[in-house]
Amino acid sequence: MSELVPILFLIPLLGAALNGLVLTRLSSKAAAKIGLLASVGSFAVALSLSMEVLKTGQAIQWETSWIAIGRWDLRWGFVFDQFTLVMALMVTGIGSLIHLYSIGYMAHDDGVRRFFSYLNLFLAAMLVLVTGDNLLVLFVGWEGVGLCSYLLIGFWFKELKNTAAGMKAFIVNRVGDAAFLLGIFLCLKIFGSVSFSAMQTLVAGKNSLGVADLEWIGLLLFIGAMGKSAQIPLFVWLPDAMAGPTPVSALIHAATMVTAGIYMVCRMGFLYQVAPHAAHFVAVTGAMTALFAATIACVQRDIKKVLAYSTISQLGLMFLAAGVGNYAASLFHVVTHAFFKACLFLGAGSVIHALSGEQDIKGMGGLRSVMPSTFITFFVSVLAISGVPPLAGFFSKDEILYSTLTSEGGGWGLWISGLAVSGMTAFYMTRLCVLTFFGRYRGHAHPHESPPLMTIPLWATALGAAVGGVLSLPRDWHLAPDLLGRLIHGRVPEFAAAGEALSEGVAMIVTTGVGLAGIILAVVVYGLVEPKFSDNPRGPKTVLWNKYWVDELYDVVFVAPFRGLTRLCAVVIDPKVIDGFVILCSRATGVGGSMVTVLQSGRVQAYLLVMVAGALAIILWLGRGVA
Amino acid sequence: MTVSFLTNWVHYLVAALFSVGLLGFLIRKNALVILMSIELMLNAVNLYVAKVSLALHSGAGLVLVVFAITVAAAEVAVGLAIILNLYRAKRSVDVDMFTGLKG
Repeated sequence: MSELVPILFLIPLLGAALNGLVLTRLSSKAAAKIGLLASVGSFAVALSLSMEVLKTGQAIQWETSWIAIGRWDLRWGFVFDQFTLVMALMVTGIGSLIHLYSIGYMAHDDGVRRFFSYLNLFLAAMLVLVTGDNLLVLFVGWEGVGLCSYLLIGFWFKELKNTAAGMKAFIVNRVGDAAFLLGIFLCLKIFGSVSFSAMQTLVAGKNSLGVADLEWIGLLLFIGAMGKSAQIPLFVWLPDAMAGPTPVSALIHAATMVTAGIYMVCRMGFLYQVAPHAAHFVAVTGAMTALFAATIACVQRDIKKVLAYSTISQLGLMFLAAGVGNYAASLFHVVTHAFFKACLFLGAGSVIHALSGEQDIKGMGGLRSVMPSTFITFFVSVLAISGVPPLAGFFSKDEILYSTLTSEGGGWGLWISGLAVSGMTAFYMTRLCVLTFFGRYRGHAHPHESPPLMTIPLWATALGAAVGGVLSLPRDWHLAPDLLGRLIHGRVPEFAAAGEALSEGVAMIVTTGVGLAGIILAVVVYGLVEPKFSDNPRGPKTVLWNKYWVDELYDVVFVAPFRGLTRLCAVVIDPKVIDGFVILCSRATGVGGSMVTVLQSGRVQAYLLVMVAGALAIILWLGRGVA
Repeated sequence: MTVSFLTNWVHYLVAALFSVGLLGFLIRKNALVILMSIELMLNAVNLYVAKVSLALHSGAGLVLVVFAITVAAAEVAVGLAIILNLYRAKRSVDVDMFTGLKG
């Protein structure tokens, strides 16, 4: 059974190799079939592994040697436990649906083979990430998904804008990854191992470990997660990443890859448990990012940008949950978010597809009647993310907010910001839905419903968004046991509530009320009157419209000085210093050569003179002791 | 030994012959004269080898001298042929005319 663990990610890797390297003359249809087959195959393997884990309750492990230096023995170690089970099923399941969707979405593209090759490669890397049993293997997957993200953002590389977005994502992630690597090194130094189980044992033993060291590890690893999961200040790449094809946005930049940071923090939960400052930093960063991105999402007009900022905001909520110690709630929200956000992105893709590439909601409206499937699924997901009971988002968001209130690391401040995020989420999602599907059509294309290949994944993800909540119903309800919590029990630290400032029922009513208020406000502002669109908003809206000028700030602080430095290199250092040295060498050789050529006069007697002089010198030298 | 070395006139003759040859070899421009100067140096050395051979009461040196003279004869034939060809090329045997190997 344990051999199945590497097969889990080798299948999509094989698919990527077949499409990308071997079968280069394949037709688009055949390439799509290989891609889908690899993804579904991997899902099947994940399912059978899950069955085994559920039956025995034991983690399945597989490992082989990799690097052994001195006292460090780093191994290719993979583990399929209850925690991985959730992630792997989510990645391969939603991944398969999105592969299916892509067949329809990419039908008219001439890079289908390349697209599916990258998509399969992504699945392989993501599965390495979630199955790795140590930080180093996780890092291999971490970088692998980063590479695929870069490749897929710049998939339509003929437009400079897209390649620039790809590079931005890659470079911003590098910043986080540098810290992540430092964190891994620190783990090696402190623990002598990067294996999760070994580190957990050491932390639990707590013999000679300094808390400061653990805090530093937690902080450095979290900075890596900030890059991958788009948190302040490294979130700037995610909105630009929308330059990629929409299925990619759904799979990589909403459902799976961006949650890698949360997965990592939850895996390392045992460490954050004993590093309260690092954990608090995680919570505060998450809350701030959630608020910040939610405000921006309220005024954006590009349908995918709204969803991108929404994703950043939701990721912030997940970090908030992890930061206050409720890892199960964080994971729960990862799963429900994967469903409704994938559905929202796929729905957005369906709309964009129908409108021949239009992404500005100014050119949409009234699509409800022409695209019923897209509308209904989108609507369900909007309600889910807004936290309307009894859809999935209601339960996960409620659990996060409630644990924020009751946790030792939480408090009123974090709870209120989470509540504000929840209200704003409901507001901007409703706004998006109203402007896209209600009112009258404001564009000039001829919208049509997408083919079944694209609507089937929509229905499937919408179903998940609707009923995903049963995974983890509140414990007091006694309707269904806390499935997810029981499943990952023992894999992540248990959440311990410090006290009850508010009963769960009251908190739930407040949260839902705020969400409903957001919905009603959006309907009133955008649904009841004819919406007005302005390209130059005035007043405080300008700040949000320009996304707090963060990109401009980074341009001034980082990009411009770096450009200046490269210009200095290009104009002064390279031509003057480096070229100068090289030219000096060649000139010196030339001058030296021309000096020596004087000796080669061609006159025999000159040579003879030198020869005689030389012979004489040798004789004198040999006989120096005689006379 | 040192006294007899200094008083033996053969040393001075050989040195004089060799020096005249060397000087002619270095300063004359006529290829024929240069060839003759080389012969002069060669024969100075030959003479010295013969002298040393006699002084050591050994016949080996004399054999070497006869051998060297024989080879020199052949070598002069080659040398004269080269000079003849030089003359054919430039109507002159002035060595300064032949600087084709200039760097």
